[in-house]
Amino acid sequence: MSKANLLDRRQVVSTLLADRKDALVVAGLGASTYDLAASGDHPRNLYLWGAMGGAVMIGLGLALAQPDLPVVVVTGDGEMLMGMGSLATVGLQKPKNLSILVLDNEAYGETGGQVSHTAAAADLVGVARACGIADSKAISTLGEIADFAKGMQDVRSGPRFANVKIDAADLERVLSNRDGMFVLTRLRGALGHAPI
Amino acid sequence: MRFCALMDSAGVSTVRPKIREPETEMHARTEATEQAAQWPEDIFAILQRHDVRQVPYVPDAGHSQLINRVLGCSTMRGIPLTTEEEGVALLAGAWTGGQKGVLLMQSSGVGNCINMLSLTQILRFPFLTLVTMRGEWGEFNPWQVPMGTSTQGVLELAGVRVLRASQPDEVKDVMEAAASQAYNACTPTALLLSQRLIGTKVFVK
Repeated sequence: MSKANLLDRRQVVSTLLADRKDALVVAGLGASTYDLAASGDHPRNLYLWGAMGGAVMIGLGLALAQPDLPVVVVTGDGEMLMGMGSLATVGLQKPKNLSILVLDNEAYGETGGQVSHTAAAADLVGVARACGIADSKAISTLGEIADFAKGMQDVRSGPRFANVKIDAADLERVLSNRDGMFVLTRLRGALGHAPI
Repeated sequence: MRFCALMDSAGVSTVRPKIREPETEMHARTEATEQAAQWPEDIFAILQRHDVRQVPYVPDAGHSQLINRVLGCSTMRGIPLTTEEEGVALLAGAWTGGQKGVLLMQSSGVGNCINMLSLTQILRFPFLTLVTMRGEWGEFNPWQVPMGTSTQGVLELAGVRVLRASQPDEVKDVMEAAASQAYNACTPTALLLSQRLIGTKVFVK
């Protein structure tokens, strides 16, 4: 399954967030959440353990509520395929502070590595662009990830979308906190919002 | 006989004859119910009072007046969705960022939301959805009946409290209660707007 020259997903996420500043990060369920946890826990992280297909929409709601903060959604190809319509919804709203990065291993890694649609046919970059996200690109180097990270800090130039083909190696899980209320309340607290 | 062209929920333009003299208690959608009803204004005012900012929707004729009010409002953002479950996730993100919202959909959309409704229990955010009912009260289209029949049960199984309004003059009170328990008590709530209230869709004269 492993192909030469593909990026390591953990390196991609740690490079993306190395200088995250005030960015809010939403990670899709499964390996993306483990990657975010592996890059270091942070009050501004929202880890998903379910709600497959909803990561981009959660990011959109957050981005519209906090237009002055960078919001980045990190998710996998399977999760993105399930929520493909949300790219059209983002393309219509065009939130300037929202960035979406898909870690594309062309497989459903969490469930045994079954091949996904992106292996043979589906082009998520093409989908995102056709949905109205003009700044959509394929990324293949860590240097481009660093550029993407710089771009996501600019809350006046989004939305942006990138798909990065990553190595399909099945890495050890790094488990984040999975109490949704705790994670949400902590993030809201970081933004100055008290519990009800 | 005059006709008015409207878009139905599938985006298909339909020509609906106006009913000249409603002959039964089962009323059809008329210009009066669609364009000048008071109850959508009551709903809008309550949403404004609760500082609702994000209004995701999949269009339905029964919501058209409210949607128009939202789209013309500077403090609310109407957000068209491709499928209703997007709205559940959107409202979770909105609350994470400090904003409240409301999801507008038709009964058939409730079925599209089931797994995403898990978020209302896991993240316990203020979730309110206003659901216009189909598949009841003189429905013409049999394809609407299965989901319309199970709408309330599906919501309740998913952990959402269900309130219903069937008469124009009760919408305000029921909406007050729904908004209060959703926004003040973070109790996931659906307000079903009966087909009797919004008017049975007329396909043929």
